[in-house]
Amino acid sequence: MVDAPANLPNYRYVSRKRRTKEDRRFISGRGKFVADVEVPGMKHVAVLPSPHPRANIVSIDTSAALALPGVHYVLTGDELGEATNSLFHGLDLPNVVWHPLAVGMTRYAGEWVAAVVADSRYIAEDAAELIDVEYESLPAAVDSEKMLDEDQPLVHPAHGTNVLFRKTWTWGPVADDFASVTNTVSYRARWGRSSTVPIETFGVVAKWDDTHEILDVWASIQMPQYQDQIASALRIPMNQVRVHNDVDVGGSYGVKRGIKHTVLVSYLAKKLGFPVRFIEDRLDNMSGGDAHGPDRIFDITMAFDDEGVIKSMKIRALDDVGAYPGRAPLQLGKPITALCGPYRVNSIEYEAISVTSNKTGQVPVRGFGQSPTNFAVETGIERVAKYLRIDRVEVRVRNLVRKDEFPWQIPPGSRYDSGDFHAVLESAVKTSNWDDLIARRDALRAKGRLAGVGIATCLEPGGGNNIFEFLFNPKLEITTFVESVLIKVDPTGVVSAMMCTTTSGQGHETLVSTIAGEELERDPDDIRVLHADSLEALPTRSPVASRMAIVLGTATSKAAREIKSKMITIAAHDLGVEQDRIEYADGEFSVRGEPARKLGWNEICHIAHKQFHRMPPGHELGLQAYAVQQVPGAGGLPNEKNEVPLYPCFSFQAHVPLVEIDPDTGKVKVHDYFIAHDCGTAINPDIVRGMIIGGVAHGIGAALYEKFEYDVDGQLLAGTFVDYLLPSAHEIPGVTDIEHCTPSPLTSLGQKGSGEGGYLGAPAAIASAVNDALAPYDIEINELPIRARDIEAALFEKTQ
Amino acid sequence: MSDIEITLNVNGRDRTVSVPPRMTLVDCLRDVLRLTGTHVGCEHGICGACSVMLDGEPIRSCLMFAVQAEGHSITTVEGLLKEDGELSDLQDSFWECHAMQCGYCTPGMLVASQSLLNENPEPSEDEIREAISGNLCRCTGYQQIVEAIQMTAKRRREGASHG
Repeated sequence: MVDAPANLPNYRYVSRKRRTKEDRRFISGRGKFVADVEVPGMKHVAVLPSPHPRANIVSIDTSAALALPGVHYVLTGDELGEATNSLFHGLDLPNVVWHPLAVGMTRYAGEWVAAVVADSRYIAEDAAELIDVEYESLPAAVDSEKMLDEDQPLVHPAHGTNVLFRKTWTWGPVADDFASVTNTVSYRARWGRSSTVPIETFGVVAKWDDTHEILDVWASIQMPQYQDQIASALRIPMNQVRVHNDVDVGGSYGVKRGIKHTVLVSYLAKKLGFPVRFIEDRLDNMSGGDAHGPDRIFDITMAFDDEGVIKSMKIRALDDVGAYPGRAPLQLGKPITALCGPYRVNSIEYEAISVTSNKTGQVPVRGFGQSPTNFAVETGIERVAKYLRIDRVEVRVRNLVRKDEFPWQIPPGSRYDSGDFHAVLESAVKTSNWDDLIARRDALRAKGRLAGVGIATCLEPGGGNNIFEFLFNPKLEITTFVESVLIKVDPTGVVSAMMCTTTSGQGHETLVSTIAGEELERDPDDIRVLHADSLEALPTRSPVASRMAIVLGTATSKAAREIKSKMITIAAHDLGVEQDRIEYADGEFSVRGEPARKLGWNEICHIAHKQFHRMPPGHELGLQAYAVQQVPGAGGLPNEKNEVPLYPCFSFQAHVPLVEIDPDTGKVKVHDYFIAHDCGTAINPDIVRGMIIGGVAHGIGAALYEKFEYDVDGQLLAGTFVDYLLPSAHEIPGVTDIEHCTPSPLTSLGQKGSGEGGYLGAPAAIASAVNDALAPYDIEINELPIRARDIEAALFEKTQ
Repeated sequence: MSDIEITLNVNGRDRTVSVPPRMTLVDCLRDVLRLTGTHVGCEHGICGACSVMLDGEPIRSCLMFAVQAEGHSITTVEGLLKEDGELSDLQDSFWECHAMQCGYCTPGMLVASQSLLNENPEPSEDEIREAISGNLCRCTGYQQIVEAIQMTAKRRREGASHG
């Protein structure tokens, strides 16, 4: 548990230690996840994956599968491809067609070729094995760097190249800045194909409601524009799609996209006339589902003066998005939001290259591409320190944006809203007892162990703003990332709030009830928060981009303040005074200076709902208010220099881990982990702390263990938890988290985002620690994950 | 193959069901007995989301056929509640410490934690981490789970000392 920072306003509920609203149902075994949704008459789907990374489908014989008792239907790509539109891509790629089942050609090992509908998943799997597919296997395109060559096998022949996007932006006087200083470092950093891998796989249930002609969808989903994409693919209007947002999502961290699954089962449910469910098994998920994250090669040059002050950087990022891009290439766009990290860099050149390959498609992952970029930039900071022999903390101190410089605009146009980066870094150094850590490191080294202390500073942009998509695809001229809430007070005085999306662990019910309770001075425990379905819901863009505290939170404040204002109007009218004479405190509306003249909360609710004769003339009956919240500070298109403010709010962290490496096996043990963190006003400190530590755990996984490895032919080598290693309680150390609070000037209570920060900084911090441990051997590894075998091989080479 | 009738004692109640011989215990608990608190994560024995107690020992219900549990006692997360339906001290500590986010691994974590505390009422942090190391959580980084188990042990110790 964390004490609230000392400089907090006198909040009743916000930033106070309070139990969450959601946890009670989970500890009782009463969560309602998609696999718990039971629709009468529901049938079950199993899919048949392609064993080939790239092959022509010559023929499919489904007769044996259809003959199996309990089997209702076998669907192939030809039928589904005819009946539905191509799924959505973020880039403008008219010749890259994407359907839930392969049409004519398979493009990765694991791509679904057919789907069986049966009485049980067991029978459906039996039947899938009876489908006879004849393939013509073809050589695959696997090595992402070779995609720029013309002689590679084409993943999408109609597109004509495996390059999906390639563009260079120059923000500021890059050439002049490079000419103005004498020092440069150039380096390569690689981010391995890892992901967040929730413990719940993706699942979806669809039912065609014949009575109302509505498609009902229950899904384990976390995606913007889900219902839009379902409607578009199925060629039905959006008001025929009802997504039920009251399904608990068993973890997502960005990846639960599920559009191909949803279109598949929705088509089947509509065609067959009974509800259909598809719950991925783990292999479905890891080989053919929405599982894989960014897979990037960075080539970076930094230009800096003799004091280590960085003037400019040139970044080239090559990202392998796999066979079907979806929104994945845009993950090269979001990092533009904080492209130079928390540092005062004057100019940036950025080349973004997105290539397709015969691998499972990439999906959005926590931070939407920011974590790999942060790792790559931090690697450069370490390089600058090493080049000039300056202390690694000191080089950061010299480059961080200073407290008195906010709002600070970086070359691509983002305006960092607020912060005290130096104080947070100092706090991390102090809390970690940096000198003592170095002494412990040296003591371990003296005993013949390898040990290292790491450091990373990083920003967490929060709030979302689609406008970076415009830089990649001008057809996506979207300048908002809206979120909404509806608050109602009923005749008995109790408060309900309706939010409009699913939740996958972020605690939105706690967020909304805490802020509404704070604004209305009502106990959050008595406020019910509902998840409106997509037909009831107000505009929403889903809980991505560390945005719900910022956008939903601010919407909640606004709606609650409007409720309070309406109640004041009713009180003033009933008490016969001007509105500005009414004071509200502790559930009572009284006349200033005459405390005996007052109305209670419940009485005003009664008037509003039932006593027209006591209402102000022309005033709306009932007590309800909604707020539709735009991203603060956003809304414009890029200017002629391609500068545009992206995400609005910037949280900051400094990470300090101590690691030890077994010199014989290369195995890394993270002993200690310290993080100083500033996300403005924390609405619920326990939730923020959990997000930070959980994010660090994800980052440790990405740094040391996790990779969707492929062989040279394009076969996935990590389709189970035996091959794709997830850190357990053994691998994740105790984390000491120190919270700072620099309120954002852009949000209702000064809150910023906190869902991604731990993950955005930890990979860089762990790499820093491992490389510090390897420094005595003159080894530097800038490719994640740094696995035991990588370290062992590097040591073996050096010591032979 | 035809279904087989089996009797299991689940959360203190004898339950007789007919299941296919190849049905896993977790599918029987969830789909036949409708005890959906136990979750399916990996179906190959790594993640621990499906953990239940079999005669008091934590096991993976995805790695066992329902028919193999014939005659055994099974405790699921629903069975950790007190008889009056109130939360157990362990469940309450998980809430107090916010030892979860999405809640998907939580039933398995509770089962692993309960098993630990049954055997070892005062576990060290290392012993706690060892006991839950077969249960993967992708949300929390484990720390608040460790703290919840420590809180339960402390509450029991203090409760015992107060008589």
